[in-house]
Amino acid sequence: MKTAWMRHPGLMIGLAASLAFALLGLLSLFWTPYPIADISIARRFAVPSPEHWLGADQLGRDMLSLIMSGTLTSFTVGASAIIIGAGIGVPLGLAAAIYGGPVEWLVLRFSDLAFAFPSIIIAILIATLMGPGAANAVIAIGIFNIPVFAQVARGGALTISTLDYVAAARLAGLSRPAIALRHLLPNIASLIIVQATIQLSIGILAEAGFSYIGLGTQPPQTSLGLMLKDAQNLFLIHPWLSIAPGLAIAVIVIALNIAGDGLRDVLDPRLRRQEVGRVAG
Amino acid sequence: MSLVEIENLTISFGGRPALSGLSLALARGERFGIVGESGSGKSLTALAITGLLPDAAEATGVIRFDGQPLPTEEKAVAALRGHRIGMVFQEPMTALNPLMRVGDQIEEALRLADGQRDVGALLQEVGLEPGHAKRYPHQLSGGQRQRVMIAMALASDPDLMIADEPTSALDVITQRRVLDLIAEICNRRQMTLIFISHDMRAVAALCSRIAVLRAGELIETGPTSHVLSKPQQAYTQDLVAATQMTPRPHVDRGQRQALLRVENVSRSYARGGFFSRRQPPLLAVNDVSFEVGKAEVLALVGPSGCGKTTLARVIAGLDSATRGQLTIDGAPYHGADLPRDRRADISLVFQDPFGSFNPRLTLAKSLAEPLRLRPNLSPLDRDNRLIEAVETVGLDRAMLTRYPHEFSGGQRQRLAIARALVTRPRLLVLDEPVSALDVSVRGDVLDLLARLQSQFGLTYIIISHDLDMVAAMADRVMVMEAGRIVEAGSPQKLFADPQHSLTKALVAARLPDIVAA
Repeated sequence: MKTAWMRHPGLMIGLAASLAFALLGLLSLFWTPYPIADISIARRFAVPSPEHWLGADQLGRDMLSLIMSGTLTSFTVGASAIIIGAGIGVPLGLAAAIYGGPVEWLVLRFSDLAFAFPSIIIAILIATLMGPGAANAVIAIGIFNIPVFAQVARGGALTISTLDYVAAARLAGLSRPAIALRHLLPNIASLIIVQATIQLSIGILAEAGFSYIGLGTQPPQTSLGLMLKDAQNLFLIHPWLSIAPGLAIAVIVIALNIAGDGLRDVLDPRLRRQEVGRVAG
Repeated sequence: MSLVEIENLTISFGGRPALSGLSLALARGERFGIVGESGSGKSLTALAITGLLPDAAEATGVIRFDGQPLPTEEKAVAALRGHRIGMVFQEPMTALNPLMRVGDQIEEALRLADGQRDVGALLQEVGLEPGHAKRYPHQLSGGQRQRVMIAMALASDPDLMIADEPTSALDVITQRRVLDLIAEICNRRQMTLIFISHDMRAVAALCSRIAVLRAGELIETGPTSHVLSKPQQAYTQDLVAATQMTPRPHVDRGQRQALLRVENVSRSYARGGFFSRRQPPLLAVNDVSFEVGKAEVLALVGPSGCGKTTLARVIAGLDSATRGQLTIDGAPYHGADLPRDRRADISLVFQDPFGSFNPRLTLAKSLAEPLRLRPNLSPLDRDNRLIEAVETVGLDRAMLTRYPHEFSGGQRQRLAIARALVTRPRLLVLDEPVSALDVSVRGDVLDLLARLQSQFGLTYIIISHDLDMVAAMADRVMVMEAGRIVEAGSPQKLFADPQHSLTKALVAARLPDIVAA
């Protein structure tokens, strides 16, 4: 197993960078260099220095503290949306795979419908109904995640349900939900983990977008997208204020994507078997 | 001078040798067979000769083709492959491009090889009609696809043809025809052949010289007749012996009481598509009636797609009959509605030992699954049942805590039999129980089945296309074609004097015995 991890330097780099950002975000719960609500006109537009590693913004807030806190918001929103998406989508996908017929038709049509609505429209709808905020971004991205997980779970489960051990379980009198829990879910777990990594990066990107257009996180809380929005008017004079959060978003998303690709290579049994298959005989 | 010379070829993956120190020389016009079981390195040898080894492989040693060492640069190797070596792979469906007409694919091979012939002549040479050139691979049968592959391999008028398990994906009748075709072409063209197979009989029928490989080592090599009649090494002796099935001792019990009765059972599938109304439903099983007596071994033979597996699934309760009725020991059912308290009486053993266990469950958990059908067992009784089942099939009880990937194919098939026995069933349905196993372990698994049958008085329904296995195991044989049973009788009588054309074809396709009389 160890060699498999070593053979994917991309996975190691992606995972390490993602974890580093996640830890940085978690750290902001307990400690930031300066409180993020700490406004000081005296140090506005401070350049990076030993006191303020990443400088300060137009209100004199410490940029490093803002990015730490914003990263936490991004990860929280992305992860909560995955919990909603996977929590509803995976059971739906499994149900579609094991029951087939009308159940499968309903799930597929539902996911077509959810795919047809861009998540931004769902977000606007929710913001209109309940007002903007991070929680609403979570719901909007979560709804967008449901059909993704439903399709991944259904596809994986369909492949596995043709295998003989599922037939053996049916002969042993297991009910369909029991087969799904005992035989299908553990064997598609790796697929779902890989998809979750990809959806996390998409969710973080979407959260930044929602905050940027003012539907997501609201001040005094902060997020990377909100920082971009606040800095955009000053881009020509103080480009650093936009570049820092923008870079943070880009690095997190790229790191998560590399980690997702690496995880797929390591976890996907089909790819692994192919490798062995070509050697065997 | 030899056409191919291999000197001290060693191929390893990450330091682990997959082929060690192989030296062979092939004369021009020779038909050379490489026999070995999975993991023996036989396919690697072929890949090494064609310069197609996977990137992860480290190879040392010398391969000379026609006196010249194999070029190292990719372009030169590709030219050599295109002009002088033809290859036929195991699975013709994946080796052909599904979106190209087969005629175009043959033409492409001709163009790459600057071949002098035309598509029609090549098709004719492999026994296909010129009209087949316009078809796509999915419109051809497995045997026809393999013929197309052979035509492509012949496009360059190669000096050497390498056939890697060309018939193992085909049914017996087609296998025999393809083997005969390869032999005929080699004779006509005086072409050198490397034939790779796990099947001793196929190699014996085709090749003049053979090499036996095992776990990357050359065990024995020599003229076919010599190696087969006087095998020097114990492993070769085992392989030769494994082609001979020892018949199960038959006990004639006269008139038996019926355990399973199948009455006018049909299973039809509605055909989809826009024009479904115009198509009649496909009858996979068509009005089949028979009885299986207690402690009888009944075999169901027939070509692929004849409905024998569907029938087995209906009997075991995985699928339902659309018409007709089955009766197990007096209780009527139609398939999936098999009453829960009767489910424990019927067990199914699957063909593929690698797909029949959940890789994430320990064997104890997998094996205990059918015991849900016996709800009034105490936990202690359950454990005892598991241990008894595992020890009955000749394995150790310590294996129960382990996971499926730790076991070989033969061991997994034993474990699958153990799982089938754990409820103490009366009827065992065995779907191709040994066809996915290596030759040398087939005999062991069949011996085990025969022993269990006499020990517990079990009733078997064996599904197979292997007539030798059927002749050794069965009391009664039924031949199926297109969903119907066309002939039935005792194996001795049926195979000695076949009446139906399918039975005749099956009997004629049997490869000759290799052990010289």
